[in-house]
Amino acid sequence: MATLNEDTTATLSNEEILRYSRHLIMPEVATEGQLKLKAARVLCIGAGGLGSPLALYLAAAGVGTLGLVDFDVVDYTNLQRQVLHYTSDVGRPKLDSAIDKLNAINPFVQIERFDTLLNSQNALEIFKGFDIIADGTDNFATRYLVNDACVLSGKPNVYASIFRFEGQASIFATEEGPCYRCLYPEPPPPGLVPSCAEGGVLGVLPGLLGVIQATEVIKLILGAGDSLIGRLLLVDALAMRFRELRVRKNPDCPVCGTKTQTELIDYNQFCGIRGEEAAAEPSAKIPEIQPAELKRRLDAGEDIFVLDVREPHEYQICNLHGTLIPLGDLPKRVHELDSSREIVVHCKMGGRSAKAVEFLRQSGFKRASNLTGGILGWADKVDPSLPKY
Amino acid sequence: MPIKVLIPTPLRPYAGKQSSVEVSAQTVGEALSNLVAQHPDLRKHLFSEDGKLRSFVNVYLNDEDIRYLAKDATPANESDTITIVPSVAGGV
Repeated sequence: MATLNEDTTATLSNEEILRYSRHLIMPEVATEGQLKLKAARVLCIGAGGLGSPLALYLAAAGVGTLGLVDFDVVDYTNLQRQVLHYTSDVGRPKLDSAIDKLNAINPFVQIERFDTLLNSQNALEIFKGFDIIADGTDNFATRYLVNDACVLSGKPNVYASIFRFEGQASIFATEEGPCYRCLYPEPPPPGLVPSCAEGGVLGVLPGLLGVIQATEVIKLILGAGDSLIGRLLLVDALAMRFRELRVRKNPDCPVCGTKTQTELIDYNQFCGIRGEEAAAEPSAKIPEIQPAELKRRLDAGEDIFVLDVREPHEYQICNLHGTLIPLGDLPKRVHELDSSREIVVHCKMGGRSAKAVEFLRQSGFKRASNLTGGILGWADKVDPSLPKY
Repeated sequence: MPIKVLIPTPLRPYAGKQSSVEVSAQTVGEALSNLVAQHPDLRKHLFSEDGKLRSFVNVYLNDEDIRYLAKDATPANESDTITIVPSVAGGV
């Protein structure tokens, strides 16, 4: 890697030699490789699901400088998979928690912290100080931002993403290889692809994929083996199948091909407001009812039919005694509903139920409305005894 | 002749929760048309209003992106596997 900072004058102390002995005795790493790791500067974007195993292993392996970008605070729902963070860290900034653990694993690692949301104004400046960028973020806007900033600054983007029990990994934005936009020229419209918060994720999956990222980072630093450049690795943890697909550099790619895009853009706009989709997005027109108002009217004995459009396994966790028809089944079960009655639809947070209300109103259910904030809103505003998930 | 189409996790709810669907077709385009005919809910996830494959959904014949083959017209036969690879962003 031409971009890597090879400080051949660096040496290993006796303590480091002992610590890294299992690396030093293998010919693929040896002292030369360990010094490359020590001289390397890797930026991890996100200290969450992917960022946890990634940063832990890179620190343990002796990567000299680790940058961490995150602005989030540890919460209970993180602990099922974000192994950098412990129960006692709930409420702390993720960076405070992460740095404690990384220092405890390997005090020889220099950590640079960036308590910020990566954006078009700061990305290139932050990337300047690093050789390799590892993308462990969770949204399309940041994915495209990281990609474009990597291409523009000539730094490889070691990529992974996850959903439920399936993951994807590759390396983008090397000089010879494709970038993320070569694979996916445009993001999906908002709402079409569920996030982990909506769709769930198997706790070990970011572990698997984050370790694959760490492996690829270390191989890039060492210049060893066959990297994932030009290959998309698909991991299906449920079937335990690993497949790989070819990713070609797109000569028409505006960022790495024709190079017509020479600076960072507004990625929220790129991923959010998207012509036809934006026009079709009717959220503003969907009538809503506040949890407290629903509670008051139910208590007053009003005839309101509560429709829960979540999945049966979510209903099991907590429910409002509503009738369960999962959003996906609604079209074929809509005849079970009475269009003369007032219907309040809810889901977990209000997204799926908004779609259901839109569908119902188009189907002639003029008295359908959406419970603001879903069952989590109800738990916050009306019944704190409900478990939140 | 039946061709196997692998359905990724995010799209399985729209394909009867199946991880793969068999379709009869001569080309990849035909295979996808038959797929959405069998599972109409998949249509809006794969195709835009004007019937074009969405740009965040990639379709592979075996390990090659059909954009670099003959796109929809890429011939397919029963030993082939078609893989739908949508972009996912999750990471935390």
